[in-house]
Amino acid sequence: MQRFVLIAVPYTWLLALFLIPFVIVFKISLSDIALSIPPYTPTLEDGFGPFFSALDFENFVFLTTDDLYWKAYVSSLRIAVTSTAITLLVGYPIAYAMARAPEEWRATLMMLVILPFWTSFLIRVYAWMGILSQEGVLNQVLLWLGVIDAPLTILNTTTAVYIGIVYTYLPFMVLPIYAALDRLDGALIEAAEDLGCSRVQAFWLVTIPLSKNGIIAGSFLVFIPALGEFVIPSLLGGSGTLMIGKVLWEEFFNNRDWPVASAVAVILLLILIIPIILFQRNQQRQEEA
Amino acid sequence: MAETIFAPWDDPTEKPLIRFRNVTKRFGAFTAIDDLTLDIFEREFFALLGPSGCGKTTMMRMLAGFETPSEGTIELAGQDIAAVPPNKRAVNMMFQSYALFPHLSVYDNIAFGLRRDSLPRADIDARVGEMLKLTRLEKFARRKPHQISGGQRQRVALARSLAKAPKLLLLDEPLGALDAKLRQATQFELMDIQEKTGTTFVIVTHDQEEAMTVASRVAVMDEGRVMQVATPERIYEAPESVYVADFIGDVNIVPGTARAVGDGLFQLNWAEDTVPFIAASEGAFSEGQACHLAIRPEKIAISAERPPEAENAVHGKVLDIAYLGNLSTYHVELPGGQVIKAQTANTRRISRRSFTWEDPVWVSWTKTAGVLLDQ
Repeated sequence: MQRFVLIAVPYTWLLALFLIPFVIVFKISLSDIALSIPPYTPTLEDGFGPFFSALDFENFVFLTTDDLYWKAYVSSLRIAVTSTAITLLVGYPIAYAMARAPEEWRATLMMLVILPFWTSFLIRVYAWMGILSQEGVLNQVLLWLGVIDAPLTILNTTTAVYIGIVYTYLPFMVLPIYAALDRLDGALIEAAEDLGCSRVQAFWLVTIPLSKNGIIAGSFLVFIPALGEFVIPSLLGGSGTLMIGKVLWEEFFNNRDWPVASAVAVILLLILIIPIILFQRNQQRQEEA
Repeated sequence: MAETIFAPWDDPTEKPLIRFRNVTKRFGAFTAIDDLTLDIFEREFFALLGPSGCGKTTMMRMLAGFETPSEGTIELAGQDIAAVPPNKRAVNMMFQSYALFPHLSVYDNIAFGLRRDSLPRADIDARVGEMLKLTRLEKFARRKPHQISGGQRQRVALARSLAKAPKLLLLDEPLGALDAKLRQATQFELMDIQEKTGTTFVIVTHDQEEAMTVASRVAVMDEGRVMQVATPERIYEAPESVYVADFIGDVNIVPGTARAVGDGLFQLNWAEDTVPFIAASEGAFSEGQACHLAIRPEKIAISAERPPEAENAVHGKVLDIAYLGNLSTYHVELPGGQVIKAQTANTRRISRRSFTWEDPVWVSWTKTAGVLLDQ
């Protein structure tokens, strides 16, 4: 009985906050646009029979007819994958240095990584506008140093989006990797060196495989929100940056086309869920082997 | 066939495999190793024995290459190894925590070092097979370290460190994590393997019984210095200091002053108004010099009557009896309050024990039973 209650709590939570909203979104994606409140038909007021017969996959078909959507998906995937990779390249050395730092420093370093969360995310993204703009801090410094002759155009380009995403999600990469590296027994590295590894070999053969779980967790934590990211591309990106989060927003608020927007969201969810399921299957198989 | 006794340390023509020469190691203000000179010979099973913090692990880590001496040199086969990084040394180490790679199978753990030498696959396979057989792990080759028992992990660690056929194998508290029964069995296994492979073993331990069992020679360490290096028998029977005598096994230490009575014999005045003890000693003591008589409990006899021919005999009463099953240790209080431990084998049933608490008894020993120590 106790066990049942214990399991019931998280499942109720998932049901109320994930499954039910998803069913609602999925239902809207099967509906038609209408000039009413809510802006779609059918609703349950129409009665059960007409309600179910009016649902169809028209919106999903529509997504395939317009280039915009699949281009936005592909571009989002590309941006999310690239920025996850960059975040990993930047975050791993940070986590490694933190784990190798003297014991008394680690709490402080951890604090510094978490510190940005104490300020509003929006304000921090706005701050990047100030840094990256033509007259911004970055250009001023580079001009003053004589590295460049004319200010660089960074703001409102895809580069700015990458900078924004990497900056924002870096802590999500650093923390799980740090947790994995922190647990790593130093004797393992010594054992590897003792058995003939150079420092570099020991890193690739022992440190990396043993921090694999941290790397995977960090990558998911960055990749998933980056894929649907809306704020960063709208503030830092330009018209050339096509991301599915932005398309979704425009469908909802500019076009007031809730059904199509819901269809976009459902596809996005599928794109995210499939790799996660594949990964978990793979993990399970490894455990069993 | 007369078997030659393995004792290269007594042969002045023998070249030591390892040579510590005036090695000092400091960590900040702390001196872990203090001006230490020591030779270890090929095919030896050498034990570094001491309490925690005595510097024995630091010595081992210097041999492995994880620490460098602050002063002095360490030679391996005649070469100064200070500049040689751990991965280039013909030295392998078995870690106290075993440090098995959790993501690799038993087979891959053992093959790890061999693969770094980029040997042909068939050679690696053969060598790993040999190691698995030596440590009786054939059945577990495909398992991961977390899927086998502690004793098996210990053997994997040993197999891995032996796989590269090192000149010198370092064992850091190799049996510390095993339970008593398994530890004893493994001690003999270690000796077997050492003999079979002919590798020089240096073992670090704080367990004196373990050191005595496995080692050809034992170095007793304290606070960064070697107190005595000798065979287990010498360490036990002829300790050179009270520290060594006290650290190894059980011992009675009787302080007093010496008086030479000729012929290598000395009197020990240990309390006022008592008959002094007589002890033979190779070392000389001056008149009135403070010294200690160290004598093992099992060398002391206990009896109801004064044994007529006893060289040392003193009357006392039984204070405590520790029954250990095979042995009993009697704590006998002498006049003046000194307590002497005497040990006898329990050859009779406990109900027929000759002495009990508060019984007056005689304790006696020969003049060669103990050693006189000046420090």
